[in-house]
Amino acid sequence: MRRSVSIASLAAALVLGTAGFGTGRKGSVASAQEKTSTMEVKIDNFSFGPVTLTVPVGATVTWTNRDDIPHTVVSTDDSKTFKSKVLDTDEKFSFTFSKAGTYPYFCSIHPKMTGKVIVQ
Amino acid sequence: MFEKKKDELLHDHNHDGVDRRGFLKCMAWAGTGALCVMKGGVLNSYSLSRISETSTADMMGELSFVQISDSHMGFNKPANPDVAGTLKAAVDKINALSGAPEFMLHTGDISHLSKPEEFDTVDQILKSATPKDVFYVPGEHDVLNDDGKQFLERYGKGSKGAGWYSFDKKGVHFIGLINVMNLKAGGLGTLGHDQLEWLEDDVRHLTHSTPIVVFAHIPLWSVYPEWGWGTEDSNQALAYLKKFGSVTVLNGHIHQTMQKVEGNVTFHTAASTAFPQPQPGKADSPGPMKVPAEQLRSVLGITDVNYIRGQHALAVVDSSLA
Repeated sequence: MRRSVSIASLAAALVLGTAGFGTGRKGSVASAQEKTSTMEVKIDNFSFGPVTLTVPVGATVTWTNRDDIPHTVVSTDDSKTFKSKVLDTDEKFSFTFSKAGTYPYFCSIHPKMTGKVIVQ
Repeated sequence: MFEKKKDELLHDHNHDGVDRRGFLKCMAWAGTGALCVMKGGVLNSYSLSRISETSTADMMGELSFVQISDSHMGFNKPANPDVAGTLKAAVDKINALSGAPEFMLHTGDISHLSKPEEFDTVDQILKSATPKDVFYVPGEHDVLNDDGKQFLERYGKGSKGAGWYSFDKKGVHFIGLINVMNLKAGGLGTLGHDQLEWLEDDVRHLTHSTPIVVFAHIPLWSVYPEWGWGTEDSNQALAYLKKFGSVTVLNGHIHQTMQKVEGNVTFHTAASTAFPQPQPGKADSPGPMKVPAEQLRSVLGITDVNYIRGQHALAVVDSSLA
């Protein structure tokens, strides 16, 4: 009887433990999501900042044009994985990266402006 | 310390024999304007502030036209909240020139965001100019979102490919080139294979003594590649023009006047009618330069070009809007 109680309490502890662990996991996923939702690239002085941004799979990256001149965000691969419309001052463009990989991009109006998103 | 810094800037970035000091000499014209007379490939320039010392004969010719550029209609930031007003001032300046110019060239960035109403406003303002014909090439701001479809519909009638064309006026052969399409990451302006082939064919039949005027938006010489101020394959285009005694290249894009002579070719960039941009490398970026309101019109302007038959000479006059 004693033994079964202890097993029960162990089981309970295990359940609690699992639950606790689960909560912890959930918490970390939530905070990761919070992080990804604020992943930003700023366009200032004809350059992307940061030039290289590393994000987890599933992250959404938002570009904001803070220049007085319009810019675009266009991936350089042939299939143009992402391509913004023209962003005037303070306009934003977002893209969610669902696959790991390296995504070089540029401003199609000012092609000297280049950047890269690394999705891990 | 300052002197040392200055010297550091004096290297030849582009390996084209023009150092920074040379650039700055060219830059001295910005704002004040200059009269330039080319004779046999050699360009003479006179500051507009001393234009009274220049003979009228040098300024008059059998053909005169005006270049305007970079109107950026729709731009409304502090560098110039009234780009329509400064374009109107440019038209007033054109209408006041002695000896009415025969036509105008607009070397691109007519609009700021390729919006139909921006093009409409420019068309409306230019209607009040004395010269009725306007020949356009697009800037990168005119071909946003639709790969230049709207531009071609509005201005590209009778043109080839992405909008390139040529025409003849009083013995001068004019060639409008497009170098703002299909730009590649990390690269400069591009003419592309098809256009280069067309160009080679276009000038094949011309005699060597035919004066050539090429106009395109992005400079066809390496002004400052770090800021994208150049064209990848311009050397190929210029190779097709080597046989001619007189070639003048008129560009916009960099919102300041600059000149350079290389063999038979004189390169010239025009001021913007909208807002100035910094001298190469003189700022963090080539973004609009804010100048005190009372100085703005002195850094905007128009270019008046005269062709004098028999001298193979083109006189290029920059006027500020002040």
